[in-house]
Amino acid sequence: MNGVPLIAYLALGLFMFTTGVVGVIIRRNPIVIFMCIELMLNAVNLTFLAFARYQPTQSHLTSQELVQGSMAGQMMVIFVMAVAAAEVAVGLGIIMAIFRLRENIDIDEMNLLRG
Amino acid sequence: MEGLKITPELMLFGGIAGLAALGAVGVVAFRSAVRSALCLVINFFMLAFLYFTLNAEMLGITQIVVYTGAIMVLFLFVIMLLNLSAPQLLFEKKDVKIGAGMLMGMALFGLVASQVLLPLKDITTTRSNDAFGAPEPVGRALFTMYAWPFEVASILLLIGIVGSILLAKRKI
Repeated sequence: MNGVPLIAYLALGLFMFTTGVVGVIIRRNPIVIFMCIELMLNAVNLTFLAFARYQPTQSHLTSQELVQGSMAGQMMVIFVMAVAAAEVAVGLGIIMAIFRLRENIDIDEMNLLRG
Repeated sequence: MEGLKITPELMLFGGIAGLAALGAVGVVAFRSAVRSALCLVINFFMLAFLYFTLNAEMLGITQIVVYTGAIMVLFLFVIMLLNLSAPQLLFEKKDVKIGAGMLMGMALFGLVASQVLLPLKDITTTRSNDAFGAPEPVGRALFTMYAWPFEVASILLLIGIVGSILLAKRKI
């Protein structure tokens, strides 16, 4: 889409990432914390795609390199999505297991891993 | 940034991006986990539209199918299963963590914006070809140059499936 500068996409990605970081810090519900992690992953995906589309480099690239660069960004997004799916499946399984063990999932009360 | 014309594309981007930002804030701000999840759905849909505006059609569709179709359904399913609307679980204490978190978030935003974003502020031309996100070139790249990471990702997903089944079973 012409007329939109690259920094607009990057600023939105940065805002979403920051919101995710703040959410991970201040929320106590582990499911919401997982959602904030998803938010951060999606912000990074948006940045990858924006860079793949605009390719802001000073050097002169051949068309072959441009194609490879835009593909590399998209492939990273695909693999981030795969990792996010696996992470959510395992993470929610862990939350379910903890909830079955103790009827409270407040993240500040969890000290099972303390030695 | 100077001399940036307000084009219809920019207005469309502003609308979509504003909704996405509102959804992101809603995820953190709502006390109810179900409302946070629904805000996240809005955010993911708006991101898919932004992928369309970046000509990455294949990944926009994948975003809708994978994130809003699979991951968010999993989230909502677990929220309903755990019955998180019980009031004692939603109790969020007002403590110093909230202020400190906001402060750190703003510091992070300012740092990255001034150091990373500002040098890139003059770039408005798109250099990739317009069809770079169509299914055909993406699939061709995925199955030729990126075949090895693709297989590794499939093994990772398989391990994820086995691990989550193992975690969810009461008795093995």
